[in-house]
Amino acid sequence: MLHITKRYPGVVANDDISLDVRAGEIHALLGENGAGKSTLMNILYGLAVPDEGDVLLDGRPVEIDGPNDAIHRGISMVHQHFMLVPVLSVAENILLGDEPMANAILLDRAAAHRRIRELGESFGWKIDPDEPVGNLSVGWQQRVEILKALYRQARVLVLDEPTASLTPQETREIFEVLRRLRAEGHAIIFISHKLYEVLDIADRITVIRRGRVVGSRIPSQTDEDDLAELMVGREVQLTVDRGESHPREPMLVVAGLRVNDAKGREVVHDVDFQVRAGEIFGIAGVAGNGQDEMVEALMGLREVTAGRVTIGGWDATGASPRSLHQRGVGFVPADRHRYGMVLSFPLTDNLALNEYYHSPYARGMVRDEAAIRANAERIIAEYDVRTPSADVPGSSLSGGNQQKLVVGREFDGELSLLVLDQPTRGLDVGSIEFIHRRAIDRRDAGVAVLLVSAELDEILELSDRIGGMYGGRLAAVLDARTANREEVGLLMATGGREAVEAVQERAS
Amino acid sequence: MTDATAPETDRSTPPAATRGRGGEILDLVLLPSAAILLALVVGAVIMILSSPLTRGGFNLALPWTAYVALVQGSFGSFDAIVSTMSAATPLVLAGLAVGIGFKAGVFNIGAQGQFLMAGLAAAAMGVATAGLPPVAAIPLAVGAGLLAGAAYGFVPGFLKATTGAHEVVTTIMLNYVAIQFLAWAVSGPLRGENVTFARTETITTAVLPVLFGRDGHLGIAFAAIAVPLLAWLLFRSTLGFEIRTVGANPHAARYAGMRPRAILILTMSLSGMLAGLAGVAEILGKVHHIPAAYSTTVGFDAIAVALLGRSHPVGILFAGILFGAMRAGSGLMQIQAGIPVQMINVLQAVILFFLAADLIVRAVFRLRSSGESASELQTISASYGGGGTA
Repeated sequence: MLHITKRYPGVVANDDISLDVRAGEIHALLGENGAGKSTLMNILYGLAVPDEGDVLLDGRPVEIDGPNDAIHRGISMVHQHFMLVPVLSVAENILLGDEPMANAILLDRAAAHRRIRELGESFGWKIDPDEPVGNLSVGWQQRVEILKALYRQARVLVLDEPTASLTPQETREIFEVLRRLRAEGHAIIFISHKLYEVLDIADRITVIRRGRVVGSRIPSQTDEDDLAELMVGREVQLTVDRGESHPREPMLVVAGLRVNDAKGREVVHDVDFQVRAGEIFGIAGVAGNGQDEMVEALMGLREVTAGRVTIGGWDATGASPRSLHQRGVGFVPADRHRYGMVLSFPLTDNLALNEYYHSPYARGMVRDEAAIRANAERIIAEYDVRTPSADVPGSSLSGGNQQKLVVGREFDGELSLLVLDQPTRGLDVGSIEFIHRRAIDRRDAGVAVLLVSAELDEILELSDRIGGMYGGRLAAVLDARTANREEVGLLMATGGREAVEAVQERAS
Repeated sequence: MTDATAPETDRSTPPAATRGRGGEILDLVLLPSAAILLALVVGAVIMILSSPLTRGGFNLALPWTAYVALVQGSFGSFDAIVSTMSAATPLVLAGLAVGIGFKAGVFNIGAQGQFLMAGLAAAAMGVATAGLPPVAAIPLAVGAGLLAGAAYGFVPGFLKATTGAHEVVTTIMLNYVAIQFLAWAVSGPLRGENVTFARTETITTAVLPVLFGRDGHLGIAFAAIAVPLLAWLLFRSTLGFEIRTVGANPHAARYAGMRPRAILILTMSLSGMLAGLAGVAEILGKVHHIPAAYSTTVGFDAIAVALLGRSHPVGILFAGILFGAMRAGSGLMQIQAGIPVQMINVLQAVILFFLAADLIVRAVFRLRSSGESASELQTISASYGGGGTA
C-alpha cells in the first residue's frame, strides 16, 4: 500500500500511509483507537476507496472492488468480532459466500467437508464440520475464522485484534498457528494494541498515530515503553506506580451468592468473597463466565436467587441501585452504552444521571440547571474529559472520553465501595493509564474496590488479591504480589485447580 | 455475544462542532419545515395534474389560487384566526399526549380512545350538572373528563409494566372498546330525551364560555397553558428527566435508580389525561353534546402532529396550529379554487411521508445528517419490530 490518503468530512483518517507486507512475514500494525488502522484495512479489504495512493499486490496496482474481490485476490480478514453465524455449522460458516456446487442446485457438501477436515488436520486440529459454531469456545471460533480464510486460499491474512478475548494459553496456541502460516509463505497483518504480544509475534512493527505512520520498528530493537510512546505521542507509564495497600475491615462481603441469567439458568454458583476497605480485589475471567450477572446482582440490577451480600455491615442483598448509591457505592458498568450513560443526552445530564433528584441538583421537583452544569464542568476538568463543551451529547465523545465521563461520575464523592466492571475495555493506552491511576488513588483513600476484568494485564497491575471466575464459580484467590501471568491465566481458563497446583509446584 | 457491538462503536468519531445545539435545531425546525415545503410542492403537482379532469387543460395557476385561499381561510381575518385556533386546540392537546409518550419511549396510538372516553365522561357530567351554576359545573365536567382520559391511559401503561403487553396492541384494541362503549352508553343510559338521533342531552351550564370571536372558547386557553406546562415538566423537572431517561435508555434509567415501570404507568396516565383534555375541550367547547357515533380523527392526526413537532411541546404547538389552519382554511380553498377539502389529508399524509423518509428531505435540501434518526421514529419502528423498551 503506497501513499494511501483517505479523508472523511472533518478528518483525515489516513494521511499518506505506506505499508508493505512481504510473503512469509508477520507485520504488526499498532495504533490507538481512531488512529486509522481500521480505515487502512478497510481500504485493503475493498470496503473503502482511497482518495489518493495505490494498493499493490505482487507489485501490480490493483483496484479492490469490495470484500468478494479482495477474497478472490487472496486477501482475507479475521475481524475482532467474529463474523460467524452461531446457528450454522462450522462447514456452513466456512462455505458461506463461496459455496462449492456439485451441480447447478446442490452443494458439494462431502467434498467441502473433506477439505475442511484436511485443512484442520494439517494444523493438528480435530474439527467436526457439522458442529454448530455457537457451541464452540471463543478460541475455537477464531480457528474457524482462520480456516475460513485459508479455505479461500488467502495469501494475505489480516487479523484485527485476534487475541482480544482469548486467554494467554489460547493466545499462545494462535501464535503457533500464525508462525506456521508465516513459514508457509503467507503474508500476515497483525493488528493489536497489546504491546508485549506485538513484540512477541511480529517481524516488523508499523505504528500509526492520527492517520500517519509515526515509526517502524523491529522487535529486537525496541521495547514496550518505546512503542507506547510512539503510539500515544508522549511518554506513557505502562505500569502505574502504586504503593503497598493498607487493607482494613471487610467492606463488601458476599456469601453463597447464586444468580440466574435472563433465561433462568443459574450462572453464578455459590460464590463467596470479601473486599476489604483500602484494597483492590480483582476477579479475572473470560467473558461469559457469570461475571456480568454477578456484578448486576450485586448492583441491584438483577435478582439474587440465594446468598447474602453485605456492605459495611449493611444487608445489601437485593438492594436497589439508588439505595446502594446513597450508601457510597460507585459502579462503572461493563457496557457504558447500555447502562453507564444516555448517549443522546448532553454531558451535563449524564454527569448528574444518578443524583439528579436531590440537592443541589434539584429543589423538590425543580431541576437546578446551574448546579448540574457546575458539577459537569468540575468533573470534566478533573477527569480530563476532552470535549468542546458540556452541552454536546454523550454520543459525540470518543470511547475513552465516554468512559472517563462515567468514571468521573462514579469515582466522585464520598465512597465506601467501588465496583469496576471491565473499566478499560476497548480503550487506548492513554485513557487506560489515566483510569488505572485514579482507581489506585481511590484505593489509597480507603475505598474498597472490586475489579472485574478479562484483561489479564489490568488484573495483574491493579489487584492486591486475585480471584478467577470460571463457569460461574470463583476459583482460588491468589496474592497479587506472588502471582504471575501464567497462573492467573490458568485461573481464568480452568477454574483454578491447575493454577493452585502450579503455585504449589513452584512453592515446593 | 450480545455485547459484541459495544466496543465496536468506540472508534472515536471526530467530535463535530455541528452536533449538540446545532443538531437539535436542525432536527426540530429545519427538517419539519423542509418536509412541509416538499409536501406543498407535491400537493401543487397533484393539483396541476388533476386539473384537466374538471376544467379541460392544465391549470398551472391552480395551486397558487388554492394555497392563497387556504392561507386566507385560516389567517386572513380575525374570525379565520380564531377558527384556526379552535381547530388546532384538540390537535395540540392530543399531540402533546402522543409526544410525551414518545419521550418515554412508548407509542400511544390510543389517544383516539382516550379522547372519546374523556368526551363521554365530560358530556355525562355536563348533563348531570345542568342544575349547577357554571362555576361548579365546568370544573366537575372537566375533571370527570380528565379522570376518564387518565384512567384510559393508565390501563395500557399498567398492562405493559406488569405483563409486558405491548402498548401498540393494547391501545389499538382499547380504541375499539371506546367506540363501542360510547355507542352503547349514548344510545342507552345516556341518550337524551328529545333527540332525533342517538346523542346526549345538550350540555348547558358546563359549556366552556366563549372568550373571543365566534368560537374562541376556554378550551383554547387549556392548550395555551398545557404547552408551556408540559415543556417545563419535561425539561425543567426531575420527573421530566426521568421520563426522558426511560425513553432514551431504560437500562440506564434503572442503573440511575429510577423505576422505569412506574414512570411508564405515570406517563401513559398523563398522556391519557392530555388526550382526554382534547376531548373535553372539543365536547364542552364546541359540540356541546356527544353523539353515539361521534366521528373524529383527532386521536390519529395527533400522531402526525407529534411527529411533525418532533415530540417537543413547542414543536407540537406549531404543528397543531398548521394542521388546524389547514382544516380551518380548507373550506375557502374548496370554494375559491375548487379543490376538495380532502386535499389537506393528502398534504398531511405527504408531510408524514417526508418526515419518515427524512433521507429524501436531507438529499433535496442538502442537510447534513445529525447522526441519529429521531427518537420517536425509533420508538415506532421498535414498536412494529416487536421490541419492547421496559
